Amino acid sequence: MKKLSNPAIIIMSAALVLTSLVAFHSSASNAAPVPTPDQIMLTGAGATFPYPIYSKWFSDYNKIHSNIQINYQSIGSGAGIRQLLSGTVDFGASDVPMNDEQLGQAKTKILHFPTVLGAVVPIYNISGVSRELNFTGEVLADIYLGKITKWNDPEIAKYNNGVSLPAQDIVVVHRSDGSGTTYVWTDYLSKVFTEWQSKVGRNASVNWPVGLGGKGSEGVTGLVKETPGALGYVELTYALQNKIAYGRVRNAAGVFVKAGIAGVTAAAAGYATVMPEDFRISITNAPGESAYPIASFTYLLIPTRIENATKKKVITDFLGWMLNDGQEDAEPLTYAPLPKEVVAKELKQISQIQ
Amino acid sequence: MAGIPVPTGRAPANRRAPALIQGLRSGDTFAHLITLLCAASVLLLSIALVYELYTNSTTAQHKFGLRFLTGRTWDPVSGEFGALPFVFGTLVTSALALLMAVPLGVGAAIFLSELAPPRISNALTFVIELLAAVPSVIYGLLGIFITAPFLRQYGEPFLKRTLGFLPLFQGPMYGVGVLTAGFVLAIMVVPFVISLSREVLMAVPMDQREGALGLGATKWESTWQVVVPYARLGIMASIFLALARALGETMAVTMVIGNDPKISSSLFAPGYSIAAVIANEFAEATADLHLQALIELGLVLFALTIVINGLARIVIISTTQKGSSQ
Repeated sequence: MKKLSNPAIIIMSAALVLTSLVAFHSSASNAAPVPTPDQIMLTGAGATFPYPIYSKWFSDYNKIHSNIQINYQSIGSGAGIRQLLSGTVDFGASDVPMNDEQLGQAKTKILHFPTVLGAVVPIYNISGVSRELNFTGEVLADIYLGKITKWNDPEIAKYNNGVSLPAQDIVVVHRSDGSGTTYVWTDYLSKVFTEWQSKVGRNASVNWPVGLGGKGSEGVTGLVKETPGALGYVELTYALQNKIAYGRVRNAAGVFVKAGIAGVTAAAAGYATVMPEDFRISITNAPGESAYPIASFTYLLIPTRIENATKKKVITDFLGWMLNDGQEDAEPLTYAPLPKEVVAKELKQISQIQ
Repeated sequence: MAGIPVPTGRAPANRRAPALIQGLRSGDTFAHLITLLCAASVLLLSIALVYELYTNSTTAQHKFGLRFLTGRTWDPVSGEFGALPFVFGTLVTSALALLMAVPLGVGAAIFLSELAPPRISNALTFVIELLAAVPSVIYGLLGIFITAPFLRQYGEPFLKRTLGFLPLFQGPMYGVGVLTAGFVLAIMVVPFVISLSREVLMAVPMDQREGALGLGATKWESTWQVVVPYARLGIMASIFLALARALGETMAVTMVIGNDPKISSSLFAPGYSIAAVIANEFAEATADLHLQALIELGLVLFALTIVINGLARIVIISTTQKGSSQ
């Protein structure tokens, strides 16, 4: 060791650092494609619920226009809105429409473009009951308020003739992470039950009066499956893909509807005539016999002023493609496509982007 | 920072170029500078962290003041935020975890270092170090699908039958809850306790053991009365490292604790921890105050860790003095 003098060690280590830096640099540039002059990169961030269809859309769109890359980070609706407001992304995405306060913080006006529809369904685990149960909004609200505590409560039995319900405690399960699913669920309960509105209200996370919290859809499903007597709620998409049985819910017309893709699209169509110009509407408890009552839009949030002309062209072109060809991807991925009336209205809104 | 000795006999490296070259040639100054930078970056990082947490939660601090620490309501809809249930859940689950993990871990470490044949000891140590590398989400999944159903069907009914007169073991048994979270945390931190304690026990000089045996002690007497007390400080350190991991653990806890911000005397009841609520609500917190309250919770967790580490130091110092006076 003595033979190797100190300067030699220093020089050698410096050389080592240099080569590793060079190696790192070249590997980094290999990983990220070098943008050629006509290469266009867009970034968006937001809701996790539509992530599967968004990633399919962006990759399909890239196949048609090989020079356009749209990167989407599914970091949650709230974080998506914040990134859009701070201008770090080109567009945002949210399960919940932005409120007036948030819109006021924006430097330019922000447009809401509904992309697909989602629904939320009640799932349960009662030993000995394999039939689909019927629920009303009032019953669900009473259970989630902790007022109905047993499965054989007359309020539940009333709508489930012929089902022998056990005298089992209801274990209420809800999402613990802030989620658009929770927003839709609490929005529905607020609409149909004033006491829920005053005591709990609607939000992505609320102060639950009773129950256990599961993290994510998989957490809620896990808790419901593992806990006898449990009642929870998950996205329809999640229930369909994982083949989870779920109950029917009574809609505004008084019909018990099993959630399905057609029923969800019908819920949006039921509101088409009263749809506001900015699409910021809750479509829970929709009118119409076939409408499923716990449904919602998910939105892309696009600023009206886009300085970069090429980016503007890409965004408007993508929106047009998404509203026509893109809608066909919805059903195979168990999302409900937009009703025709809404698509027509959105196509008009595209012209507002300058 | 004050603890780093600065060589006084040499001119500061940055003042005179020849001195710098001289220093580089010997390598001492160079090494000194580099390691100083490493040490400084740790301190700077901590300061930056506290600064960020503090400045990003000022509105919440002004609005709630000390009420934030004593409040029991966490209502994002009405904008009322209190941290007490989360602090409670964090402390209780960590305490439970240590209660279960420390006897188990130290016992296993004593066996592995003192009593087991080397072949078994090496094989087991390898397995334990594997366990320490398992991602926490895996422990969470095991918790949901194995630990929680097991505790609901057997563990909790047993505790209720035998110790049900205590308020700790009353109320409905869901399977998920504070007890389950403590149990899963214990499983997660036990490898740390075993692995570090074993290292420390192995480092006890052979002549300590030989001396005890020479004085006529049995193998166990030498282990328990000489080797373990000698390694006491290191074992303590392993416990505090385990505690730090338990306090900050997020994923596994949130999957089994039930995520309900309430304070209950029963260990069967669901609870919530600070790290879990931050991870759960941060991404979807759209209201400014909600976000600030979550960041302030981060500050509270930081302060909690400092307080607990401070207490740990005091415990170590006081027991060391006792040890040396004997």
